[in-house]
Amino acid sequence: MSYQERRALVAIFGTILISGGYAAYMLPRQPNGDAYSPEVFRFWGTYFLILIVVSIIVRIVISIAFSIINVIATREKEPGLTDERDHLIELRSNRYGLYIFALGFVAAMAALAMGNPPSTMFLLMLLGGIGSELVSDISEFIFYRRGF
Amino acid sequence: MEKLTISNNVRKLRFQHNEMTQQQLAEQAGVTRQTIVAIEQGKYTPSLELAFRLAVIFNVPLEEVFFLNKPPP
Repeated sequence: MSYQERRALVAIFGTILISGGYAAYMLPRQPNGDAYSPEVFRFWGTYFLILIVVSIIVRIVISIAFSIINVIATREKEPGLTDERDHLIELRSNRYGLYIFALGFVAAMAALAMGNPPSTMFLLMLLGGIGSELVSDISEFIFYRRGF
Repeated sequence: MEKLTISNNVRKLRFQHNEMTQQQLAEQAGVTRQTIVAIEQGKYTPSLELAFRLAVIFNVPLEEVFFLNKPPP
Protein backbone atom coordinates (compact mmCIF):
# COMPACT_ATOMS: atom_id res chain seq x y z
CA MET A 1 0.00 0.00 0.00
CA SER A 2 1.43 3.35 -1.04
CA TYR A 3 1.86 6.43 1.15
CA GLN A 4 -1.08 8.14 -0.57
CA GLU A 5 -3.37 5.15 -0.01
CA ARG A 6 -2.47 5.03 3.68
CA ARG A 7 -3.01 8.80 3.95
CA ALA A 8 -6.48 8.48 2.37
CA LEU A 9 -7.39 5.67 4.78
CA VAL A 10 -6.29 7.79 7.73
CA ALA A 11 -8.41 10.68 6.38
CA ILE A 12 -11.45 8.38 6.20
CA PHE A 13 -10.80 7.24 9.76
CA GLY A 14 -10.35 10.89 10.85
CA THR A 15 -13.65 11.96 9.29
CA ILE A 16 -15.54 9.13 11.00
CA LEU A 17 -13.82 9.84 14.32
CA ILE A 18 -14.43 13.61 14.25
CA SER A 19 -17.98 13.57 12.87
CA GLY A 20 -19.14 10.57 14.89
CA GLY A 21 -17.52 11.65 18.15
CA TYR A 22 -18.71 15.22 17.89
CA ALA A 23 -22.26 14.20 16.91
CA ALA A 24 -22.41 11.70 19.79
CA TYR A 25 -21.37 14.48 22.17
CA MET A 26 -23.51 17.33 20.80
CA LEU A 27 -26.73 15.86 19.39
CA PRO A 28 -28.12 14.73 22.78
CA ARG A 29 -27.74 18.38 23.86
CA GLN A 30 -30.25 19.65 21.29
CA PRO A 31 -32.76 22.08 22.82
CA ASN A 32 -36.18 20.55 23.52
CA GLY A 33 -39.50 22.27 23.09
CA ASP A 34 -40.48 24.60 20.24
CA ALA A 35 -38.88 23.37 17.00
CA TYR A 36 -38.81 26.94 15.63
CA SER A 37 -37.39 28.72 18.68
CA PRO A 38 -34.22 30.87 18.32
CA GLU A 39 -32.48 28.33 20.61
CA VAL A 40 -32.62 25.74 17.83
CA PHE A 41 -30.87 28.08 15.39
CA ARG A 42 -28.31 29.08 18.03
CA PHE A 43 -27.59 25.40 18.74
CA TRP A 44 -27.01 24.56 15.09
CA GLY A 45 -24.96 27.70 14.43
CA THR A 46 -22.72 26.81 17.38
CA TYR A 47 -22.63 23.17 16.27
CA PHE A 48 -21.27 23.99 12.82
CA LEU A 49 -18.80 26.65 14.01
CA ILE A 50 -17.29 24.43 16.71
CA LEU A 51 -17.22 21.47 14.31
CA ILE A 52 -15.12 23.48 11.85
CA VAL A 53 -12.58 24.45 14.53
CA VAL A 54 -12.47 20.96 16.10
CA SER A 55 -12.19 19.38 12.66
CA ILE A 56 -9.19 21.54 11.68
CA ILE A 57 -7.34 20.93 14.96
CA VAL A 58 -7.97 17.15 15.02
CA ARG A 59 -6.99 16.80 11.35
CA ILE A 60 -3.69 18.58 11.98
CA VAL A 61 -2.99 16.32 14.98
CA ILE A 62 -3.92 13.18 13.00
CA SER A 63 -1.79 14.32 10.06
CA ILE A 64 1.28 14.88 12.26
CA ALA A 65 0.75 11.57 14.08
CA PHE A 66 0.35 9.75 10.76
CA SER A 67 3.57 11.23 9.35
CA ILE A 68 5.54 10.16 12.44
CA ILE A 69 4.02 6.67 12.69
CA ASN A 70 4.36 6.13 8.93
CA VAL A 71 8.09 6.94 8.96
CA ILE A 72 8.68 4.70 12.01
CA ALA A 73 6.61 1.79 10.66
CA THR A 74 7.63 1.79 6.99
CA ARG A 75 10.97 3.71 6.89
CA GLU A 76 9.45 5.35 3.83
CA LYS A 77 9.91 9.09 3.43
CA GLU A 78 6.89 11.28 2.79
CA PRO A 79 6.82 12.31 -0.90
CA GLY A 80 8.18 15.83 -0.96
CA LEU A 81 5.98 16.96 -3.84
CA THR A 82 2.54 16.58 -5.35
CA ASP A 83 2.58 15.95 -9.06
CA GLU A 84 0.05 16.07 -11.92
CA ARG A 85 -1.44 12.69 -11.00
CA ASP A 86 -1.98 13.80 -7.39
CA HIS A 87 -3.69 16.97 -8.61
CA LEU A 88 -5.95 15.03 -11.00
CA ILE A 89 -6.94 12.55 -8.31
CA GLU A 90 -7.60 15.39 -5.86
CA LEU A 91 -9.75 17.25 -8.41
CA ARG A 92 -11.81 14.21 -9.29
CA SER A 93 -12.26 13.17 -5.64
CA ASN A 94 -13.35 16.70 -4.71
CA ARG A 95 -15.82 16.68 -7.58
CA TYR A 96 -17.50 13.50 -6.28
CA GLY A 97 -17.50 15.01 -2.79
CA LEU A 98 -19.19 18.16 -4.08
CA TYR A 99 -21.92 16.07 -5.77
CA ILE A 100 -22.78 14.58 -2.38
CA PHE A 101 -22.70 17.98 -0.68
CA ALA A 102 -25.04 19.37 -3.36
CA LEU A 103 -27.32 16.35 -2.84
CA GLY A 104 -27.38 17.04 0.92
CA PHE A 105 -28.17 20.71 0.28
CA VAL A 106 -31.05 19.87 -2.07
CA ALA A 107 -32.38 17.28 0.40
CA ALA A 108 -32.20 19.89 3.18
CA MET A 109 -34.13 22.44 1.11
CA ALA A 110 -36.67 19.78 0.11
CA ALA A 111 -37.16 18.92 3.78
CA LEU A 112 -37.90 22.59 4.52
CA ALA A 113 -40.24 22.86 1.55
CA MET A 114 -42.17 19.84 2.79
CA GLY A 115 -42.73 21.51 6.14
CA ASN A 116 -40.13 19.72 8.24
CA PRO A 117 -38.62 21.60 11.20
CA PRO A 118 -35.31 23.52 10.76
CA SER A 119 -33.40 20.92 12.78
CA THR A 120 -34.13 18.37 10.02
CA MET A 121 -32.72 20.77 7.45
CA PHE A 122 -29.56 21.32 9.51
CA LEU A 123 -29.21 17.59 10.12
CA LEU A 124 -29.46 16.86 6.38
CA MET A 125 -26.89 19.55 5.62
CA LEU A 126 -24.60 18.04 8.25
CA LEU A 127 -25.06 14.57 6.75
CA GLY A 128 -24.35 16.03 3.31
CA GLY A 129 -21.13 17.56 4.62
CA ILE A 130 -19.95 14.36 6.32
CA GLY A 131 -20.97 12.27 3.30
CA SER A 132 -19.09 14.68 1.05
CA GLU A 133 -15.89 14.30 3.09
CA LEU A 134 -16.20 10.52 3.18
CA VAL A 135 -16.93 10.16 -0.54
CA SER A 136 -14.02 12.47 -1.36
CA ASP A 137 -11.58 10.46 0.81
CA ILE A 138 -12.89 7.08 -0.36
CA SER A 139 -12.67 8.18 -4.02
CA GLU A 140 -9.09 9.30 -3.45
CA PHE A 141 -8.24 5.90 -1.94
CA ILE A 142 -9.88 4.06 -4.84
CA PHE A 143 -8.14 6.20 -7.49
CA TYR A 144 -4.74 5.59 -5.92
CA ARG A 145 -5.50 1.88 -5.44
CA ARG A 146 -7.10 1.12 -8.80
CA GLY A 147 -5.12 3.59 -10.89
CA PHE A 148 -6.07 6.72 -12.69
CA MET B 1 -15.59 6.27 -30.56
CA GLU B 2 -13.32 3.41 -29.61
CA LYS B 3 -11.05 4.15 -26.65
CA LEU B 4 -7.36 4.10 -27.52
CA THR B 5 -5.18 2.04 -25.21
CA ILE B 6 -1.70 3.41 -24.71
CA SER B 7 1.19 1.24 -23.54
CA ASN B 8 4.74 2.19 -22.74
CA ASN B 9 8.34 0.99 -22.61
CA VAL B 10 9.30 2.92 -19.49
CA ARG B 11 10.34 -0.17 -17.56
CA LYS B 12 12.45 -1.47 -20.47
CA LEU B 13 14.03 1.94 -21.05
CA ARG B 14 14.92 2.27 -17.37
CA PHE B 15 16.85 -0.98 -17.52
CA GLN B 16 18.56 0.09 -20.72
CA HIS B 17 19.72 3.23 -18.93
CA ASN B 18 22.04 1.69 -16.35
CA GLU B 19 19.14 0.02 -14.55
CA MET B 20 17.82 3.36 -13.45
CA THR B 21 15.54 3.02 -10.42
CA GLN B 22 11.96 4.27 -10.36
CA GLN B 23 12.98 6.79 -7.72
CA GLN B 24 15.81 8.16 -9.89
CA LEU B 25 13.49 8.49 -12.87
CA ALA B 26 10.82 10.13 -10.71
CA GLU B 27 13.32 12.69 -9.40
CA GLN B 28 14.53 13.53 -12.90
CA ALA B 29 10.97 13.85 -14.21
CA GLY B 30 9.78 15.85 -11.21
CA VAL B 31 7.05 13.42 -10.13
CA THR B 32 6.56 10.94 -7.31
CA ARG B 33 7.78 7.35 -7.52
CA GLN B 34 4.14 6.22 -7.27
CA THR B 35 3.38 8.03 -10.53
CA ILE B 36 6.21 6.17 -12.30
CA VAL B 37 4.87 2.91 -10.83
CA ALA B 38 1.35 3.76 -12.08
CA ILE B 39 2.67 4.61 -15.57
CA GLU B 40 4.66 1.37 -15.81
CA GLN B 41 1.65 -0.67 -14.71
CA GLY B 42 -0.52 1.09 -17.29
CA LYS B 43 -2.73 2.54 -14.56
CA TYR B 44 -2.01 6.13 -15.50
CA THR B 45 -1.53 7.88 -18.83
CA PRO B 46 0.63 10.93 -18.21
CA SER B 47 0.15 14.41 -19.62
CA LEU B 48 1.82 15.27 -22.91
CA GLU B 49 4.37 17.36 -21.01
CA LEU B 50 5.39 14.51 -18.71
CA ALA B 51 5.45 12.08 -21.64
CA PHE B 52 7.87 14.36 -23.50
CA ARG B 53 9.93 14.84 -20.34
CA LEU B 54 10.35 11.05 -20.05
CA ALA B 55 11.35 10.85 -23.71
CA VAL B 56 13.95 13.59 -23.16
CA ILE B 57 15.33 11.79 -20.08
CA PHE B 58 15.71 8.55 -22.07
CA ASN B 59 16.93 10.53 -25.10
CA VAL B 60 14.56 8.75 -27.46
CA PRO B 61 11.58 9.87 -29.60
CA LEU B 62 8.24 9.99 -27.82
CA GLU B 63 6.84 7.04 -29.77
CA GLU B 64 9.61 4.82 -28.40
CA VAL B 65 8.36 5.53 -24.89
CA PHE B 66 4.60 5.50 -25.50
CA PHE B 67 2.74 3.65 -28.23
CA LEU B 68 -0.77 2.63 -29.21
CA ASN B 69 -1.64 -1.01 -28.58
CA LYS B 70 -3.76 -1.11 -31.70
CA PRO B 71 -3.34 1.60 -34.32
CA PRO B 72 -6.59 3.41 -35.23
CA PRO B 73 -8.24 2.22 -38.49
